[in-house]
Amino acid sequence: MASAPSNTTPSAGAPGAVHQPDTARDLVKILVAGPFGVGKTTLIDSVSEIRPLHTEEHLSEASAEVDDLAGVREKSTTTVAIDFGRISLPGDVVLYLFGTPGQERFRALWDDIAYGALGALVLVDSRRLDASFDVLGLVEESGLPYAVALNTFPDAPRHHGAERLRQALDLEPGTPMVTCDARDPDSSIDALLALVDHLIGRDPVEAR
Amino acid sequence: MTRRPAGRPLVPAYLSTGGVARPSRPHLERLSVLARSEEPLPGGLPAAELALLDTLEGGSLAVVEAAALLRLPVSAVRVLAADLVDRDLVLARAPIPPAARFDPDLLKRVADGLRALKHHP
Ligand SMILES: Nc1nc2c(ncn2[C@@H]2O[C@H](COP(=O)(O)OP(=O)(O)O)[C@@H](O)[C@H]2O)c(=O)[nH]1
Ligand SMILES: [Mg+2]
Repeated sequence: MASAPSNTTPSAGAPGAVHQPDTARDLVKILVAGPFGVGKTTLIDSVSEIRPLHTEEHLSEASAEVDDLAGVREKSTTTVAIDFGRISLPGDVVLYLFGTPGQERFRALWDDIAYGALGALVLVDSRRLDASFDVLGLVEESGLPYAVALNTFPDAPRHHGAERLRQALDLEPGTPMVTCDARDPDSSIDALLALVDHLIGRDPVEAR
Repeated sequence: MTRRPAGRPLVPAYLSTGGVARPSRPHLERLSVLARSEEPLPGGLPAAELALLDTLEGGSLAVVEAAALLRLPVSAVRVLAADLVDRDLVLARAPIPPAARFDPDLLKRVADGLRALKHHP
């Protein structure tokens, strides 16, 4: 048995603020996906009831269980911080938002986080559309329903018409695309609603 | 592992299971909810498991929340929690099964709930 530190009090965050009330509630999750710097943490922060927390995940063992854990020491341990936030909704549902980077090398981690998710809100910075191609590819391959939220940065080109953007992103006609200011809670909620309303409107046979 | 740079995990991931590979029987998801059971604690539990039990003293936590508080990867907390569930020291409640997540009633509760949160509806 390795000698672990005896101080077991987490130094980050006040645990009391994180614990769940004892009523049984339905926990659901949505991925907030997009490239670095697109506004994932900002969006989660703007709507979360807890200060956003994060977990440090090892890329090499993202979907692995114990067998690989024992070997982590030997591997190069690339870690990535995955932010998450929580919104307790009236009606005994708790919605978790996971800020998920969308690069191919995150795939195993992506699959693990995406398992059982309602869908993904894909954030796109209209100044650099191509930075979102990887994440769109991952979402589509994982079969997650999604909506696109264009984050409005001040120096974003205004001349992009919605149709041109949809074409550039190669979106299906039914995929919702909204604009969003991730710093504004109402705007962030509207973007999440675009996704959830899309889920409600889908043909039940599509839903798997 | 003699030093711990500031901000790093209290228990390194590879030590947190005691270096012992055990199959985790209950499959715990990120959103499985963990709660302390009524069972008295036996002696000799690994420090990392005690740390997890400690975080549950304040109430229940989703696996991912416990991982964030303990500064451990979710995969490590899964292993620790699975062992504690096996020992009846922790109760785990599974999230809604993936097949039920597009239930129209559930989706409507999510949408209505989100609308209710808006400041300027
Ligand atoms: N103007 C504007 N700035 C934003 C928006 N969303 C994020 N930002 C800024 O963009 C930067 C990166 O955002 P962050 O949330 O850290 O991106 P992440 O890497 O995807 O988590 C921060 O300085 C934010 O304040 C937005 O909707 N509008
Ligand atoms: Mg971030």
